[in-house]
Amino acid sequence: MRPAAAAAPVGRWRRLLASDLWHDFVHSRVAMLATAVALACLCGALFAPWLAPHNPSDLATLDLADSHLPPAWMADGRATYVLGTDDQGRDILSALLYGARISLMVGISAVVLSVLLGVTAGLLAGYAGGLVDAALMRVCDVMLSFPPILIALLIDGVGRAIFPQARDALAFAVLILALALTDWVRYARTVRGSTLVERHKEYVQAARLMGVPRWRVLRRHVLPNVLGPVLVLATIQVGHAIVAEATLSYLGVGVPPANPSLGTLIRIGNDFLYAGEWWITLFPAVALVLISMSVNLLGDWLRDALNPRLR
Amino acid sequence: MLSFILRRLAQAVLVMLAVGMGAFSLFRYVGDPVSNMMGQDAPAAQRAQLRADLGLDKPAPVQFARFVGHALTGDFGLSLRQGREVSALIAERLPATVELAAVAALVAMAAGIPLGVYAALRRRHWDAKLTMALSLLGVSLPTFLIGIVLIEVLSVLLGWFPSYGRGTTVQIGVWRTGLLTADGWRHIALPAFTLAVYQLALLMRLVRAEMLEALRSDYVKFARARGLPDRVVHFRHALRNTLVPVLTISGLQLGSLIAFSVITETVFSWPGMGSLFIQAVQFPDVPVMAAYLCLIALVFVTINLGVDLLYAVVDPRLRGRGPGSGVPR
Repeated sequence: MRPAAAAAPVGRWRRLLASDLWHDFVHSRVAMLATAVALACLCGALFAPWLAPHNPSDLATLDLADSHLPPAWMADGRATYVLGTDDQGRDILSALLYGARISLMVGISAVVLSVLLGVTAGLLAGYAGGLVDAALMRVCDVMLSFPPILIALLIDGVGRAIFPQARDALAFAVLILALALTDWVRYARTVRGSTLVERHKEYVQAARLMGVPRWRVLRRHVLPNVLGPVLVLATIQVGHAIVAEATLSYLGVGVPPANPSLGTLIRIGNDFLYAGEWWITLFPAVALVLISMSVNLLGDWLRDALNPRLR
Repeated sequence: MLSFILRRLAQAVLVMLAVGMGAFSLFRYVGDPVSNMMGQDAPAAQRAQLRADLGLDKPAPVQFARFVGHALTGDFGLSLRQGREVSALIAERLPATVELAAVAALVAMAAGIPLGVYAALRRRHWDAKLTMALSLLGVSLPTFLIGIVLIEVLSVLLGWFPSYGRGTTVQIGVWRTGLLTADGWRHIALPAFTLAVYQLALLMRLVRAEMLEALRSDYVKFARARGLPDRVVHFRHALRNTLVPVLTISGLQLGSLIAFSVITETVFSWPGMGSLFIQAVQFPDVPVMAAYLCLIALVFVTINLGVDLLYAVVDPRLRGRGPGSGVPR
């Protein structure tokens, strides 16, 4: 048992290095650059408490005398505040790292939740067929004919009306749920399509003839074979979810202001643009664009690399 | 043909009923309308009286029928935030949004189609490649960031355009327009362009793809073989054939222009329906949210229906198929 467990990761690693996907990856400058940027953003967000020079949520360290400072390389800038400070003397670099943490957390949780919902619904619709299928697909039709940001806004609004006192954790839950309930239809559509193809294949028929229970056929046999397109879609959707979260926060209906995400920071900084204090908005905006573009490029590359027709 | 039209109409009515059901449950189950109107500590007898007056003691289907009846006449009750008729609030703000979306659609088509043709005809040149790269940026940048950058550069730094509001407007009947004054046009420039960027980039990429497809086709080869000048081949033969899908997509995108104006209106403090909706979500003001939902759904359903029916007129193959066959998206 033990040697097998130890050997498995090595085997997998070897298999990855020998795969076409890895070969494509090493030979695509765009993919490597996008991965590098995405990983840098991810690390910056993950290790924010250790990387950030200040703790932006610790009110005791804030000094109003340090407010409205420009970045360090400008005339009045100070070396301790590399990217300047905002109106309350918060260090922009630290706020940015913590903000990216929130943005990524919300974006990734929303995508994970919508993948779970969408894949389950898609498997059910494709495998069960009939009324379940028809009902689920009509819901998808209606939802897909509206722009996602509008649906997310609406669900968010309903969530706010149901929980008027929503603060912190609950506000996050409403936001993540709003994003997830908007996106699940895309996965459901994709998975339903591939399930319809897979369910008639011989290995599924064989498993059913052997008396394998329905849910087990779905989980062990159908599911692994329909996950490929879901992976690509999920990568692209992470980028979209982060932008959607930033948009909602910018509109003032996203994360609670006590834990600012990148969108909230941009919203706060927006008020100071007219005073010429561009750094409060610009740096969070650049971070948002870097994250969303690198994830999008990575998703596009993955889609092309996994598409056998483009080889 | 008649059965196709009837089927599509029935589908559209079903979607509207489903959306209406959503709006109705918002009204009915999100928050208590009676407490909203009387406050939390009104006497029980008065509450029961109001409940009966409003018909809230009737069974849910009866209430839903009443709701649909009211909605059909445009009656969505009073705004919780402003205490005024929701229909009046929306009527007042509708012109601003419609004008913004219309100007944005014109900008997107006037710039997107020529740029797409250009990118297709010169696809191996660096300028066409640069246009394509810029269009990728246009598709992936969040709308609100584009707006902020435009405000910062054109409004704060250069002072060329005002950054908020509609400027001087003129009242014509029920319609308050900003398109009759120079000041109004200066005010609409930035928001309309911001709203247009995404559609412009999308349209341009679509036109380019369709043009490249058309340029490879046999009829273009034949036209060239006949010795027709490039100008005629490109614009009479290739471009004309690309315009059908392009116009379809532009039509379908009209609805999303109105939806995306939610963001643009907030960035530029544009007094339209979008900013009304955002304020309703922030408050939260259920009647306004429900009315906006129904209105937007109506716009989308009408556009989709119109495009489907037009397609059926143009393409006889679409008439016979079952429900769900419409425009390929």
